[in-house]
Amino acid sequence: MNEDLNVIRPILRVSNITKRYGDRVAVSDASFELYPGEVLAVVGESGSGKSTLLNCISARLRPDEGQVEYRTRHEGMTEVFAMSEAQRRLLARTDWGFVHQNAEEGLRMHVSAGANVGERLMALGERHYGDLRRNAIDWLSRVEVDTTRIDDLPSAFSGGMRQRLQIARNLVTKPRLIFMDEPTSGLDVSVQARLLDLLRTLTRGLSLAAIIVTHDLAVARLLAHRMIVMKGGRIVETGLTDQVLDDPQHPYTQLLVSSVLQP
Amino acid sequence: MTTASIHVRNLSKTFVLHNQGGAELSVLGNATVSVMPGECVVLDGASGSGKSTLLKCVYGTYRATAGEIVVATGERNVDMRAAQPQDILRLRRETIAYVSQFLRAIPRVPAIDIVAEPLLTGLQDDDDAVERARAQAQQLLLTLRIPPRLWHVPPATFSGGEQQRVNIARSFIRQQPVMLLDEPTASLDAENRTTVIAMIRKAREQGAAILGIFHDEATRNAVATRVINMAEFQ
Repeated sequence: MNEDLNVIRPILRVSNITKRYGDRVAVSDASFELYPGEVLAVVGESGSGKSTLLNCISARLRPDEGQVEYRTRHEGMTEVFAMSEAQRRLLARTDWGFVHQNAEEGLRMHVSAGANVGERLMALGERHYGDLRRNAIDWLSRVEVDTTRIDDLPSAFSGGMRQRLQIARNLVTKPRLIFMDEPTSGLDVSVQARLLDLLRTLTRGLSLAAIIVTHDLAVARLLAHRMIVMKGGRIVETGLTDQVLDDPQHPYTQLLVSSVLQP
Repeated sequence: MTTASIHVRNLSKTFVLHNQGGAELSVLGNATVSVMPGECVVLDGASGSGKSTLLKCVYGTYRATAGEIVVATGERNVDMRAAQPQDILRLRRETIAYVSQFLRAIPRVPAIDIVAEPLLTGLQDDDDAVERARAQAQQLLLTLRIPPRLWHVPPATFSGGEQQRVNIARSFIRQQPVMLLDEPTASLDAENRTTVIAMIRKAREQGAAILGIFHDEATRNAVATRVINMAEFQ
């Protein structure tokens, strides 16, 4: 192929990640790259290591082997585990986001919805009450949470609303990369559709890169450009979403795809 | 419009079904076809002769077993079998459209936005761009006789023919240099089929390289500049 002047460089590079729990290997030798604005789905059954992999990449868990490099805004490709704890924490609450399966883990349940959205901005030094409130209202409406509920506690919210609030809380700092662990499971189908539509709009509109762990192939089909299939802690197949779902190569992927109704 | 061409040589595709004892299913063998800008090459042959498989290999959905697939744009030749996912995604954004008769409806997204979307990659926050894209989408929906009362409804509940026309509108809103058409006119009524035929001819006259499958003989004769019988490849 001819040289290409607008070569896109990866925003994240994961190299040979291995994570053990005692004798058990949860993730073995996982490597991949992620590009700006790209949505990558990590699929596999329970126990395949996909959540452990996500936790390692997002620096919530230290892998036993391997590297995670992230292209920071100012310093270029930087090994995440070589950063200071403070740098890593700053990264995690500004340039990255993490959406948990259970919204309760990602929200502060004893402070208002508005304060939940404002917290990351306050951590960046924003102190002006009017600006914080305006931002919170803007983001609540973008994730379709009734803005008159801004002073309510998340515990008074439904599951779907909590999940949308968690997303607003993460996106308020305009991160470039967001990690999501089964963001739609445990929600009613109609609520799921609304959330999927929202995620789709947000990732496309904001050119947000995302890694989504899901066991739901239909979610992967709808949201992801590319997929990784995991089994027993190993990546067994990768490819464009339609390649993996329509022409799966690995025996396990073939089994996975043929076992569900219309992925 | 920039132009591009398709070059397929000795292409084969065999599916290996690991969960059926490793059974091998050979669905396409030794296919060779080139399509230049301004051509509409129609693949002809019985059901199961590998026509759709060939299109899906060119689009990169199926990974070819052997042979060569090159999509040549003005600035570069992309070897589809060796290309990185990023290259294929870019080619799909800028060069190749794949049009089937099936619309993949997206929950909650109204017809007009499904049609406008290809114009808006990365521009969703630009209100003017969104307005312009919607205006173009409306034009196409009108041309394809989708009644205005349906424009703001998600197409999941539309009839098969209506969904198909929404899909065609979406595929034609951004004129791509390479078009892969997998029976886009199947099950359309005569009037709409005539409209779609006119759209295909116009795309071709503007320089698109089109590779397609049309079972209906009248449609095939109306759009094809060349017909290739799949039996020639065996």
